[in-house]
Amino acid sequence: MRAINLRLSRTARIALALLPFVALLVAYNIGSNLRLAENPNDKLLPSFETMGEAIKAYAFEPDPRTGQYLLWSDTAASLKRLLSGLGIAALIALVFGVLIGLLPVMGATLGPFVAVMSMVPPLALLPILFIVMGLGEASKIALIVIGTSLKLIRDVALRVGDIPREQLIKAQTLGASTAQIASRVVFPQTMPRLLDALRLEIGPAWLFLIAAEAIAADSGLGYRIFLVRRYLSMDVIIPYVVWITLLAFLMDLALRLLQRKAYPWFAEARKA
Amino acid sequence: MSEIVFEHVWKEYGDHVVLEQIDLEIEPRAFLVLVGPSGCGKTTFLRLLLGEERPTRGAILLENKPLKPEPDFDRGVVFQRYSVFPHLTAVENVMVGREFERAGFFGHLSGAKRRAAREEAEALLAEVGLAGNETKYPSAMSGGMQQRLALAQALMRKPRVLLLDEPFGALDPGIRADIHVLMKRIWNETDLTVVMVTHDLREAFALGTRIIAFERPRDLPEERERYGATLVGDTKAAAGQAPPRQGATITKDISLWPAKIAGSDTKPKAATKPS
Repeated sequence: MRAINLRLSRTARIALALLPFVALLVAYNIGSNLRLAENPNDKLLPSFETMGEAIKAYAFEPDPRTGQYLLWSDTAASLKRLLSGLGIAALIALVFGVLIGLLPVMGATLGPFVAVMSMVPPLALLPILFIVMGLGEASKIALIVIGTSLKLIRDVALRVGDIPREQLIKAQTLGASTAQIASRVVFPQTMPRLLDALRLEIGPAWLFLIAAEAIAADSGLGYRIFLVRRYLSMDVIIPYVVWITLLAFLMDLALRLLQRKAYPWFAEARKA
Repeated sequence: MSEIVFEHVWKEYGDHVVLEQIDLEIEPRAFLVLVGPSGCGKTTFLRLLLGEERPTRGAILLENKPLKPEPDFDRGVVFQRYSVFPHLTAVENVMVGREFERAGFFGHLSGAKRRAAREEAEALLAEVGLAGNETKYPSAMSGGMQQRLALAQALMRKPRVLLLDEPFGALDPGIRADIHVLMKRIWNETDLTVVMVTHDLREAFALGTRIIAFERPRDLPEERERYGATLVGDTKAAAGQAPPRQGATITKDISLWPAKIAGSDTKPKAATKPS
C-alpha cells in the first residue's frame, strides 16, 4: 500500500504522538547519567531527582527570604503581564482591524501606517519603553501589546476583507446601517478568526515577556531563569522552561476550545 | 406606471463598454428574466439595479424616483452563493432583517420585540418549507435549503423589488424544480417585482413573464472592449437612438403569452410571442 493511503487507529496515533517526547526524555536521561557517572557534581544535565528536588523547593516550600512559593508567585506575575498584554492587543486589533477592513476611509488612512509600524522590531523599542514608562509593569505589558497588536490588526483587517461582498450587500438590502453591519455581520465572523490569530501570537508574546523580565524585573518566570543562570542552576532552569512551554500549550488549547464552544458554526463554515 | 425605468443607461469601465444605451421599462409585478451568454453584462445590469454600481450615463428610476446609489431595503436580493450569514441559525438569518429595522445602533432586539420578530421569522421559514430547521446553521443545510432560507431572509423586509442573481444555478434539477414551484408561489402571493438573471432558458420560460436577451452585437476580438452589451430587439431600443451601438444591448424582449398575472395563479402555457 502507498504511504499516503496508510490510515492510523486512534491508539496508534496517540502512541506515535508520544514517541518523540519519550525519545527526548530517554536521550536526556542517558546523557545525564553519562555525565554524572564521570562527575557527580556536574551541573549541565542534572538528573531527574535533582530537578524534582528543585521543583519541590520552588513550588512547595516558602522562600526563606520572602516567604513566597516562588514558582507560583513567578507564574502569577508572568501570567498577569502576559494576559493583560494579549487582552489589550486583542481588543485593539478587533476595533482597528474591523475599522480598517470595513471602512475604505479608515483603510486608506491607517492601513499603510499599520503596515509600516508592524515592521518595527518590538525588542528595539524596549529601551524606549523602559525610559518612558519606567521599569514597572506598564513597560512590560506595553512591549507585549506593541509586539502583537499590529500583526493582529493586519490579520483582522484581512479577515474582514475575506467576508464575501455578497454578505455585505445582503445586509444592506435588509436595511442595516454601517454600525449594524459591523456589529451583526462583521464582528461575530471576525471573532473566531481573531482567536486563531491570537493562538499564533502566544509564542511572540512569551518571547517579549521573557525578554522584558530578563532585563528588568523582580519577579516572573523569565526573571527567575535569568537570575539562577548565574549559578548554572540547570535543575531550576529546565523545569521552568518545561513549565513555560506547558502554560503556552494550555493557552493555545484553551483558545481552541473557546473557539469551538463559542462559535460552533465556524469549523463547518470554514470547510465550505 | 412603471416600477423600474432605465433611461439611456450606459456602463463603462474606462475604455471597456459593458452596457450601452439601455432603455427599459419594467411594469409592477413583472417577473423579468435576463438571459444571455457569460460576460454579456447581465450581472452588471443587476448590480446597477442593486445600487452596487452606478451608471456612467443615463438614469435608473424606481417608482419614478431616482434609484438610491447604494443597496437598501427596497430591493431584496438572493445571490447564487454567500447569500445567508454563516454565523446565524436559520431563524436568526430571517430575523436579522427585522432586527436591522427595529433595533438601534448595534442591531440587537430583546424581549417582546425579539419574540415577535422570531415568530414572524418562524412563520416565513414554514412558508418556504423550512419548518423544523429553525436552529440549523446554513453549513448544515443543503444548497436548496440555503436558497430557500435566502428567499425567506430577503422577503422579511418586504422589498418592492426582488433581484435574483442565478439563484438556482448550482442546484440539482429535481431540487430546482421544487424551488421553482416555491418561487412562482412567492411571486403570485407577494407584492413583488422580480428581476432574475439566469443561464437556464427553461427556467427563464418557466418563471418569467418577460424575457430579455442580452447580446454583444459586435464581437470582433479587437473591438470587444469597445462594444458592450445592449438590449437588441426591444421595440424601444430598436427605434434607433442616435449614438452607434457599442455596448451590450438587449437583443430579444419576449413577453410570454398567455400573460401570467401575479396573484391570479394561472398555469403558464408554453406559447410565446415576441413583442
